[in-house]
Amino acid sequence: MTAGIEIRTEVCTGCGDCIPACPYGALGLENGVAVVGEGCTLCGACESACPFEAIIIRQKSTVRKDVSSYSGILVVAEQRDGQVDSSTLELLGEARRLSEVLDDRVDVLLATADSGEWPQTLIAQGADRVLLAEHESLGHYQTEPAASLLERVIESESPSVVLAAATTTGRDLMPRVAKRIDTGLTADCTGLRIDPETGLLMQTRPAFGGNIMATIVCEGTRPQMATVRPKVMKPISADDSRRGEVVKLDVSPGELASRTSIVSFEPLEEGTIDITEAERIVSGGRGLKGPEGFPLLEELAELIGASVGASRAAVDAGWIPYPHQVGQTGKTVQPKIYIACGISGAVQHRVGMQSSDLIIAINKDESAPIFEFCDEGFVADLFELVPALVKELRRRHGD
Amino acid sequence: MHFVVAVKQVPDTGEVRIDEERGTLIREGVPSILNPFDAYAIEEALQWRDEIGGRVTVVSMAPPQAEEVLREAISMGADDTVLLSDPAFAGADTWATSNTIVRAVEKMGDVDMVLTGKQAIDGDTAQTGPGIAASLDWPQLTFVGEVRELDEDHVVVRRETESGFEVIESSLPAVLSVLKDLNTPRLPSLRGKMKARKAEITVWGMDDLALEESEVGLEGSPTRVVRVQTPPPRGKQATVHRGETEELAVILADILMGEEGSS
Repeated sequence: MTAGIEIRTEVCTGCGDCIPACPYGALGLENGVAVVGEGCTLCGACESACPFEAIIIRQKSTVRKDVSSYSGILVVAEQRDGQVDSSTLELLGEARRLSEVLDDRVDVLLATADSGEWPQTLIAQGADRVLLAEHESLGHYQTEPAASLLERVIESESPSVVLAAATTTGRDLMPRVAKRIDTGLTADCTGLRIDPETGLLMQTRPAFGGNIMATIVCEGTRPQMATVRPKVMKPISADDSRRGEVVKLDVSPGELASRTSIVSFEPLEEGTIDITEAERIVSGGRGLKGPEGFPLLEELAELIGASVGASRAAVDAGWIPYPHQVGQTGKTVQPKIYIACGISGAVQHRVGMQSSDLIIAINKDESAPIFEFCDEGFVADLFELVPALVKELRRRHGD
Repeated sequence: MHFVVAVKQVPDTGEVRIDEERGTLIREGVPSILNPFDAYAIEEALQWRDEIGGRVTVVSMAPPQAEEVLREAISMGADDTVLLSDPAFAGADTWATSNTIVRAVEKMGDVDMVLTGKQAIDGDTAQTGPGIAASLDWPQLTFVGEVRELDEDHVVVRRETESGFEVIESSLPAVLSVLKDLNTPRLPSLRGKMKARKAEITVWGMDDLALEESEVGLEGSPTRVVRVQTPPPRGKQATVHRGETEELAVILADILMGEEGSS
């Protein structure tokens, strides 16, 4: 049996539920049953939508590797200049939870110029073993040395699962390694669990701009690799009595070779947090009317410890630089609180922020689409409400 | 300098609506477009070609109707296009997609740079660019917001990361994945549109690329989608507040400070 899509015409009732489910518009009805036309990418959306199990997507399941010889979970730590990123602790927490089902070991690979107290911290946060590659040239992430190291560790340790953060680092490193070792990789997961029957890692991620959630497995190859969206998984509480082992890895000059070099690094201005990592975001759109609207949002943001975001309209108008853009051609964010000021809530914006825990909208226009999917809507002029809010917050802070 | 830009035709996910009752996507009337990030990749290649010389080939692995986006690329000024199309390519994950594009790049033989958009807006994986680089064993430069220098054997880019901007130099050939920061894609010229209408689109399939079934499409993909569902709708109806500014400020401050009486 080759791969493909099959409509079981004897089961299909011609209800048509599959037709709108197809993101590619490839399905239709003919003679009372569903038919597949041009454009089908075998994505599987119709298979899940069919109430009668009349659609089957077949994939020849070829076991290419002896999957049973792989065990344990490997977390790839992310660090810059000796500081381990908070996303690493989140991954360790998640790995710990997964390992309870698998009854398996959790390793963390830390490549750094200066490990300091971090190995002990990583153990307290859930690692059983810290695989430590320490070398002066590993202070700043570079693709090729990081990929060589990870590839070597995967080869020697044979982990069943490899997790890294879905940051610009993880999303640079993981696809390179996954391709080199010919295994599957799932991007930007927001949910992971172990299927109790098969032991497979069920990897759930948003696709189509967050309009659908897809659950993905990697059956025939190992390791099962995934990048995981920061701020979604929870770290465990640090336990300094946890015991673990630190394994020092020799780093060979060959592994450090790189065809790219970092000419310079400009850190973000002090105090600015990348919006993908922010717990609170105050965002501005067309309603700000000009660049001079943003200082108002910055004042509020500073007061509540938030970062400043923007809609595409504000960025395209040149009011604020692109790194602040939230949405389809900008960044996907998932803060605890998202305050949209003067943003109408077009879908291209919505897909970048709809997973936020609490969405607050301030807009003069009561018919703006943002009022349909926010949690708390304020029909108000932002130029009046934001200053009044700042004043009120200052008063409560006792200023 | 031979630039290859790998592009994808995608449903405009910004136009997708959800049927809340049935929990399905409403696909009707959603147009297929050139992946927005890929337009920046094409534009960047065209600008550098115009400045330092060379040619731009745009490739896409897709069903036959994706010819449209290749014609769009020609109308913008691309010199050549190749559609990688074969029923066996359907259902490819990023591993299998990379294989197919890599084989096309190898078949062309004289490529100095492959550019891709950061990610496609339907899959949002951002994995195909690095996958191509890994298979070709070329250096990769991802999340590129600016190409500062480019000549026969090296490139300098500015890469945008969470903690700041890296200026990175790389030898060529190399693979770049780009953000929207680096240019404004041009609109097709009238002459370009006429050229695009008449252009013959080269199509390469399994045989042209000497690929095995185990390397491509759903068959070759290590990952498999087992379930697709729409995300649960946001919990409740929005509470919409109206009134005097000062009252609203108090309500909003309550919400932000997590106090009672927030609704």
